[in-house]
Formats: sequence, structure tokens, C-alpha cells
Amino acid sequence: MKLSGWGRYSPVDCRVLTPRAEAELAGYLQGEDPVIARGNGRAYGDPALNEAATISMRRLDRMISFDPATGVLVAQAGVLLADVISSVLPQGWFPLVTPGTRFVTLGGMAASDVHGKNHHVHGSFRASVLWLDLVEADGQTRRVSPEATPELFDQTLGGMGLTGLITRLAIQLTRVESGWIRQETIAAPNLKAAINAFEDNAGATYSVAWIDCLARGADLGRSLVMLGEHACLEDLPRTRRRRPFATGRKALRKVPFLFPGFVLNRWTVRAFNRLYYWKGRKATSELVDWESYFYPLDSILEWNRIYGRRGFVQFQCVFPLARSEAGLTQLLQQISEAGEGSFLAVLKRFGPQESAFSFPMEGYTLALDFPARPRSIALLKRLFPIVRDHGGRFYLAKDALLDAEMFFETDGRAPDFATMRTETGRKDVFSSRQSRRLGI
Amino acid sequence: MQLAARNTAGLADIKTDLELRYGVQVTTCELDVLQTGALEAFIDSLPELPITVVCAVGTMNDQEDNEQSLEAATLDMRSNFEAPALLLGLFANRFEARGRGTIVGISSVAGDRGRASNYVYGAAKAGFSAFLSGLRNRLASSDVHVLTVKPGFVATKMTEGLDLPEKLTAQPEELGEAIFTAVRKRRNVIYCRRIWWLIMLIIRSIPEGIFKKMSI
Repeated sequence: MKLSGWGRYSPVDCRVLTPRAEAELAGYLQGEDPVIARGNGRAYGDPALNEAATISMRRLDRMISFDPATGVLVAQAGVLLADVISSVLPQGWFPLVTPGTRFVTLGGMAASDVHGKNHHVHGSFRASVLWLDLVEADGQTRRVSPEATPELFDQTLGGMGLTGLITRLAIQLTRVESGWIRQETIAAPNLKAAINAFEDNAGATYSVAWIDCLARGADLGRSLVMLGEHACLEDLPRTRRRRPFATGRKALRKVPFLFPGFVLNRWTVRAFNRLYYWKGRKATSELVDWESYFYPLDSILEWNRIYGRRGFVQFQCVFPLARSEAGLTQLLQQISEAGEGSFLAVLKRFGPQESAFSFPMEGYTLALDFPARPRSIALLKRLFPIVRDHGGRFYLAKDALLDAEMFFETDGRAPDFATMRTETGRKDVFSSRQSRRLGI
Repeated sequence: MQLAARNTAGLADIKTDLELRYGVQVTTCELDVLQTGALEAFIDSLPELPITVVCAVGTMNDQEDNEQSLEAATLDMRSNFEAPALLLGLFANRFEARGRGTIVGISSVAGDRGRASNYVYGAAKAGFSAFLSGLRNRLASSDVHVLTVKPGFVATKMTEGLDLPEKLTAQPEELGEAIFTAVRKRRNVIYCRRIWWLIMLIIRSIPEGIFKKMSI
């Protein structure tokens, strides 16, 4: 079966195994071929692709227990975050950490140790994981938790599925009084102003900036910084207080076909960005429903088709705090000069995090996507050294293009992770196109 | 919600999952539809007569086995036609007496025309489709609605390992939503994905003289 990541870039033929019971998993590990687990296919590149054996975890998707008093959910790894939200939100609970799409599996969230707009306050997804069950290279299932097995927990969260198959997880949810978010928008005319807005609002629960990566000169890094708080009952208009979780069902639209490649070009994107900034500039404070706030793109199913047949590639890096402004400035200069930009350029301040293999570190992260045409890919490859030279690193859930050399140069943790994989025999059993490309 | 299945091993997990997802109460019971003598007692033992019954019962043996083994062919005929038809017939009588209800039978596009590659299974599904059609005709004047579902390929355990064309293959969730919508709109017959309606229209309209020489 032809599979690709969400970027639809460079699909490959994979043998797909679809277990319907956890007991089937151990059997897959006894063959000659290494395996990799795949969730809902939302990683952009190839971390969930393996020609010889890709294990689709989507049918291991039972919710096992939920305690509405404590907000602890136990579920199989194939359960979608979207289903978690629709089950628990009416009871006043919400995921502590959520990425920008709710169409991800819990197992995939753990493997990528995803982050959300509240990373600077709550950290990455691992902060909400109480324990998880992991089928290891020997076929045995072990319960992995920060208390009992801190090392393996640390390596598995963010370990891109390379330590084993995650079968079930217990996660702590967070209490909310409504399904609404109080959103405040700050217009930042340039990068410096955007960074200042983040630093001045470190206390905001959620913060993220949409950044115009085609703005140049004095406008370089022009952004809309969006802050958010879960709305309390008293924040809601009287009419909504009786049913605070009813935000109305959004119509899901679908991109009906692959757009021809020319639809997104520097002029259309530049025009869009300019319009978006000027429109957002006037907005100040408003109530937004949780779907529009956290998952604006989820309402357009298969939006990845707008990039046409060749697909697209994502780029997400993080710079250490001290080097962030310099690194970001250089990146943005390169991008705006090349005139290759995307709608989905996002800037975000991370809080402190030190872990075995997760992406976040304290500093600023920038995420962009580019149509997968040769010119854009050439630009991306010019961006890599800038990240390296400023002590930054890359997000593997987005990556499709790094080579092993650049990866090892940017991530000082790579040698330890690779050694661990070899010494524990995991390397022979769990492997993806990405892990082979990166030499881990 | 009431769940009945022959293989009860996974039923408790499904019950918990449904209760957590949808906040509904779920009861479970064991049912082997092939024990047709026990069907009536099964319905009487239900906590209450449901408003809607969805019958997703079936087997699909290897066609070659069905040609060579009477036992295999019998199993496919009984589990795809005889048993589900008898079961839904019993529900129909009770729904008619009550004056309302919805009956959903999951048949197959394979029942639209017998083909060399799976005609035993197809014949049983054809019988089931005809049964549902007759039932619908009979109950049209009462407030009992009968829906025939004709899925094409669905990515389930039954089709695992087969090399199915992606554009013609529905995910189980997709089929579920299609059925839900069709029940709400009181549709009579649905195909899922919809393209199968066109495909089967074409296949049905090929003259027999030509069709018998084709391999599709």
C-alpha cells in the first residue's frame, strides 16, 4: 500500500499490518524485518513509514477508563485526540497539551512528544502522561512511568516509536469551565516586537504567533501574537452560561482535489499574508470556540491537498533563548529574499525542557511549510546550517529532508540515543525510513 | 444500546469504549445467529425491544473452498442470508406490531450480480438484499423503515491483506456515518462509497452473453 506522511511528499509502498488486539503485536516482532508503528499519519515526513512492515495502530482504539472526578483517562494508543475531546469536554475536561490538529492518535502524540501553545507553562505532552504500556524488542509489554522507569520513559516520549510499540496510555486531563477561549491578539510590526510580546506575556496560558515570513526590511518578522485563556463561566455571555460546552458543530469542509501547483506562489501568499495581518491588526479581544482556536485547519479536511501532487515539506526548528533573535532574523531574511513562503508560519516561545530525545528546549521555535518543489527544497537546505550555527535543532515529527550528518551536528543527544538503540537491540526491531535516514 | 455477538471475548471492551465515548448505557449478550431455533428466545430475552436494529453479520470464505466444500458453501449461505434474514424477519414482526422501528441490513455489492470470483457469497447477499426489499415493501404502510446497505470494499479484518484500490475502499467509520445519515433520512438502499452505485449499475447492465466471458 502506498503511504506517505501528511505532507504527501515522496510516497512509498509499505506492507501495512493492522492489529485488532494488543496480543497480535508481539508476533510482528519475531520476523526478520524491523517494524514501525503508525498512528493517524499526521507526522509530515517519514517517521511512520517502513517498507517492510508498518504497523497501523488505528484499530487499537478502545477507551479503557475515565474518571470524571480526577480527569485521568486510560486508552489504547490508536484512540484519536478528537474522540478524547468529544468524550471528555462535556464533562469539563480538556487535554493538558494538544498539538495543532486533533486528528492525531495518543500513541503518536507520545512518540513525537508533541507540544502546544502552552508549552512555556505546562511543557510537552509528557507532562500529562502518567504511564504507558510499551511492547519492547523482546515482545514483552512493560509499563513505563516517570517514577518506576524514568530512563525508558524519557527515551520513549519523543523517541519517535524507536523504543517500542506504545499500546496504551494513562493521561491526566485538565479542568475547564467552558469550551470557549478568551483570545487576545497583539499586532507585532517586526520580529523584535513579537519576541517582546511573548516575553511580556509569559504568564498567558496559551501563546502563539502567526508570522508573515515574506515581510522584508523593517517589517521582517511581522506577526500577530495570539494569547488565550480557557474562558470561565463568568467570561461567557449570559445566554451561553447554561450550556458552556456547546460551541456548535462546525461544518467540516474538504479540499476536493489536488490544487494545481501554481495556486500557491509568492504573490498569492504575499497578498494573503498582507491581508491577514491588516485584518488581524484591528482585532483585540474576543471569545473563540475551542475548535477554531486550537484546530483552525481541522475544519478543512485533507487541507494537505492544496499543495498539489508533489506535496509539501515542513520545517520546524528551535533556537536556544540567547540565540533566538539572531537565528530567527537570519532564517527570515533567507526566506523572504527567496520569496518562498507559506500560510502556515508559526512562531512560539518554548519554556525550559531537557529530555533524552524530545524536540523542545527553552527558546523560540519557528514552523513553516513549503511546497515540495526543487526551489523550496534548495531553500530549506540553506536554512539547515543557520539552525546549526545558532545551536538550534529540528523537530522530527515535521522532518522529511535532514541527512544524518546535519542531524548529528544539530542534536548533541543523537549519539547517545543511537548507542542506546544498538546496545538494547531495539535498532534491529524498530526502524523507520526516517531513523535510517538519520542514522539512529 | 444493546450489543449481541457470537464472539463475546472483545464485547466487554467495546461496551466500555462506547460508554466512555458516547455516555450511553450498553448491555451485551451472546448470540450465535446460526442457531436459528434460539433466535426468538434471544429477542424475548433482550432488556427491551430496540428502536433500531442493525444487522452486521456475515462470513466470506475463499471462493475455491465454497466450490469444493459443501460445508464451506453452506456456512456462507447460512450466515449471509438465512440467519440474518430470519433474525430481521422476527424483529420486523415485532416492530410492525409496535407500529415503529428501523431495520438496517448490511448486504453487499457482491449481491448485485453473481461473478465467478465470489458467487456463493454473492448469491447469499443477493438473497438477503431481496429479502430486505420485500420486507420494505411489506412494511411500507406501517411506520417501520427498512434500510439496505451495500458496502463495496471496507477496510476491515475481512479484507485485510487484499490489495484494494484506495479510492473504492471505505474506512469503517465512513460506513458507520453513511448508515447513520441514511437512517435519519429514511433512505431505502445505499451504496458506500457512493461510486459503487455507478459501478454496479454498469456491471448489472452488461448483457449476460458478454458478461459470462468477462473476468471481473
